[in-house]
Amino acid sequence: MSHSEHERDKNYPDIAPGYERPEGHDAEEGIGTYLTGLGLATLLTAVSFFIARTTLVWQPSIPVALAVLAIAQMGVHLVFFLQITTGPDNVNNVMALFFGVLIVLLLLGGSLFIMAHLNQNMMPMDQIMQMQR
Amino acid sequence: MLGKLSWAAVPFDQPIPLIAAALVGMVIIAVLAWVALKGWLPYLWREWITSVDHKRIGIMYTLLAMVMLLRGFSDAIMMRSQQAVAFQSSGYLPPEHYNQIFSAHGTLMIFFVAMPFVIGLMNFVVPLQLGVRDVAFPTLNSVGFWLTATGALLVNISLVVGEFARTGWLPYPPLSELTYSPGVGVDYYLWALEISGVGTLLSGVNLVTTVLKLHAPGMTYMRMPMFCWTTLAANLLIVAAFPVLTATLAMLLLDRYLGFHFFTNEAGGNVMMFMNLIWAWGHPEVYILILPAFGIFSEVISTFSRKPLFGYRSMVAATMVICILSFTVWLHHFFTMGAGADVNAIFGIASMIIAVPTGVKVFNWLFTMYGGRVVYSTSILWSIGFMVTFVIGGMTGVLLAVPPADFVLHNSLFLVAHFHNVIIGGVLFGAFAGYNYWFPKAFGFRLHEGLGKASFWCWILGFYLAFMPLYVLGLMGMTRRMQHYDVAAWRPWLLVAAVGAAVILVGIILQIAQLAVSIRRREALRDVTGDPWDGRSLEWATPSPPPAFNFAVLPRVEGEEAYWRIKQRARQQARLGEEPGYTEIEMPRNSPTGFICAFFATFMGFALIWHIWWMVALAALGAYATFVVFAWRDRDEDIIPAEVVARIDRANRSARSTALAQPEAAS
Amino acid sequence: MSGIEATATPNSFGEVRGAGDLEHAAGRLMSKRIIVGYGFWIFLLSDIVMFSAFFATYAVLVGQTAGGPSGRELFDLRNTAIETACLLLSSFTCGIANIGAQAHRGSWFYGAMTATFILGAAFIGLEVQEFAGLVARGAGPTRSAFLSAFFTLVGCHGLHVTAGLLWLLTMMAQVFAKGYRADILRRMLCFSLFWHALDIIWVALFTMVYLMGAAS
Repeated sequence: MSHSEHERDKNYPDIAPGYERPEGHDAEEGIGTYLTGLGLATLLTAVSFFIARTTLVWQPSIPVALAVLAIAQMGVHLVFFLQITTGPDNVNNVMALFFGVLIVLLLLGGSLFIMAHLNQNMMPMDQIMQMQR
Repeated sequence: MLGKLSWAAVPFDQPIPLIAAALVGMVIIAVLAWVALKGWLPYLWREWITSVDHKRIGIMYTLLAMVMLLRGFSDAIMMRSQQAVAFQSSGYLPPEHYNQIFSAHGTLMIFFVAMPFVIGLMNFVVPLQLGVRDVAFPTLNSVGFWLTATGALLVNISLVVGEFARTGWLPYPPLSELTYSPGVGVDYYLWALEISGVGTLLSGVNLVTTVLKLHAPGMTYMRMPMFCWTTLAANLLIVAAFPVLTATLAMLLLDRYLGFHFFTNEAGGNVMMFMNLIWAWGHPEVYILILPAFGIFSEVISTFSRKPLFGYRSMVAATMVICILSFTVWLHHFFTMGAGADVNAIFGIASMIIAVPTGVKVFNWLFTMYGGRVVYSTSILWSIGFMVTFVIGGMTGVLLAVPPADFVLHNSLFLVAHFHNVIIGGVLFGAFAGYNYWFPKAFGFRLHEGLGKASFWCWILGFYLAFMPLYVLGLMGMTRRMQHYDVAAWRPWLLVAAVGAAVILVGIILQIAQLAVSIRRREALRDVTGDPWDGRSLEWATPSPPPAFNFAVLPRVEGEEAYWRIKQRARQQARLGEEPGYTEIEMPRNSPTGFICAFFATFMGFALIWHIWWMVALAALGAYATFVVFAWRDRDEDIIPAEVVARIDRANRSARSTALAQPEAAS
Repeated sequence: MSGIEATATPNSFGEVRGAGDLEHAAGRLMSKRIIVGYGFWIFLLSDIVMFSAFFATYAVLVGQTAGGPSGRELFDLRNTAIETACLLLSSFTCGIANIGAQAHRGSWFYGAMTATFILGAAFIGLEVQEFAGLVARGAGPTRSAFLSAFFTLVGCHGLHVTAGLLWLLTMMAQVFAKGYRADILRRMLCFSLFWHALDIIWVALFTMVYLMGAAS
């Protein structure tokens, strides 16, 4: 049943995320991808944990380095575990991903930007409460 | 045993809600008894409650919206009459009740009228327009609908058991925190919206996937009707914005139930974070509502102008630009809350930019009508009424997007007038245009035109009478949500507004009459061919009402306006295309999963509101068991035999060829 | 099939979409696998947006300790490292399980699923232990806005993992009872997507909450 679905899928221009096309891949080769992903992810995680505690690098650069490493690792997960590629069969998946990432960035960036400025013209709430006491 | 619930929860001392609820309860019991006596319960269960047919679900969404519109409108009548009489007196509604009324009015109108109305129309129409037989996830669709209905039910239960929130349609902390709102009202609001929010999210996932992945052969993205594009944009926004609402309300719930400190005044909580997050959802929400309406107007104006939509590509671009930009303007809802000039300027400018694509759309509609042979049906009256009204609302919106002006007008009646101007003049007019336009497709007969036009004129006149005075009052300094007032100069304007609400009431009565009269005269109004308006997109290629499988054979699309091309070819050759070879069709089986889930969700929500923890656990278990049972089923599709398909399609083909022989009789 | 000729029509992205023999009996031009996978992908993105709301709240409230302990005093990076290892490995084993299921290899599927469950349960165990320790030290979620945001963000991820474990068991029972049916394999695909997505969120989480919290 699923093999016929494999056969049919070969003809589609699109592909489901997390799904490798069956042709030319038997199960062992699929594991190879996962092993590469696991290796890269482990490496990046280890570097992250190392950098967070080290005193070898300039301290203010640590958060930036951690963010870069995290983004790199998310990319590794997307490519090797979720099998998101830039191929033409993946256009819809990638566009949806971009939309999601854009929203996440707008929400995070916007919130931080707005909240950092909200006390410009008004006293913060806890201080107003202090005055009432 | 029953948590906070006791007989004291029933407001015996407040006659208005109790009598209203008793009346509604009696009506519901009467309807149920009538249905049961007629022996229709099995039919209802089989064909509607367990249905996973996108058309049936769409109709049920629309019905829910219309019933809730009556409830929300009765709240509006109470508010208008209260303000009309409450000059230097306390009126007839005590403050705690008045506060519940305006909160319930906003909550119902946005979440349980506007949302189900547009989602219902999208559900009904989009698969037909795409030329497919189904949505991507039929059972999920049913679950989504029933969870929305659960939310509506919980809000209405609050009328009799306990109370509703008194905190406005968005429960701003710290007022909505436990310290200042110790009752169950805010909990009703929060759980109703958490549950229906899940339903909306499921519906959004379903429709995004449907539009992007399900197409008739040849139906490429740039050949989709405009309504499909606006559906895509609106549902992308649902998928991106509703999780933010869920998260924000969850944080408020944690504050209220477990003593967390997100939005409290103590222990470092920050109330502004609530404003920030709720509007990060709230502004996209505005476009979730208006974009489908834009799509409806595009379809209606093009059909009744007898012309293709002007500037289709610019329309698509404008829709997608709005989809993105709607996430960059949310601060304009709280310009006055202390942000510095740079933040306010950035969001003010973004708010003005987002008006540009909307302006593009208005010009496109005007150019579509320009040079067309415009047929003044009820639907296009709503569309023209929309264009005039919405432009005014848009202008006042741009005015509010200027921070210094907003400092003066914020939370005044000017703001109330503005958002009613765009939501009634935009979303509701759009929903009514779509209702008149697609009603024959759904039920096989047209709505009475005369009564429809009469109701339109009452609505638009009533709208201007009710809301233009509010602009004036806002400029005179009247704030929103006032239970009584002492300024003599405001009174005449509020009286005019009350008269406007009464005129709208006449419009609603005429709409009910329109429906009743149309049902009684359905034979005279019958739509035989399935194409009553000489339509241009694929939904008009099906019989009215469409069979469960929509299309006997999937249509082959060769360009924009798929059905118009097929029809033109038939007209040129004076005959329909060759009869296709019919094959059997697999359709998804009906499933009670949605209804049973909603059943458990209702108990779970109610139990959470009243802190009945054993019932929460039981209901959660029931919901999980429902999913497992659903996952365990072996057959998920029914087969419709080729003969049935052939019979239905041949009947429609013969009606169409008769109409083709006498071209004028059809239109 | 139904009078549709096998023509190729370019769509807006310039791909070539063939019609004809691709038509599913229920009128779908796409296979169910692609539709289900894409729908679930959209759902996952919405879930990530929900997390981003919690992340934004955490980032805004992280300094609001109200005189209570800060992340620097509370976080034990060794615990986080073990948790991370568990989740990362479980993501790998989950991928193996998916491959095993798609290839109908029972030993791979059951073995890898069991490993995934054990690793996931270990993760949850460590997290519960950490939370219990914090509450016992008087650093519960009601102590300060920072701790409210911390418990909610990390706890929400934990709840997702718990739900995933429940799903995992249901999934195994289903394969056991029904075999490698097409619809069950589709669910397996969704489950592995879900599990991988939770790992991605954890990457953001351990970086932003634990590592940056401990470093600052």
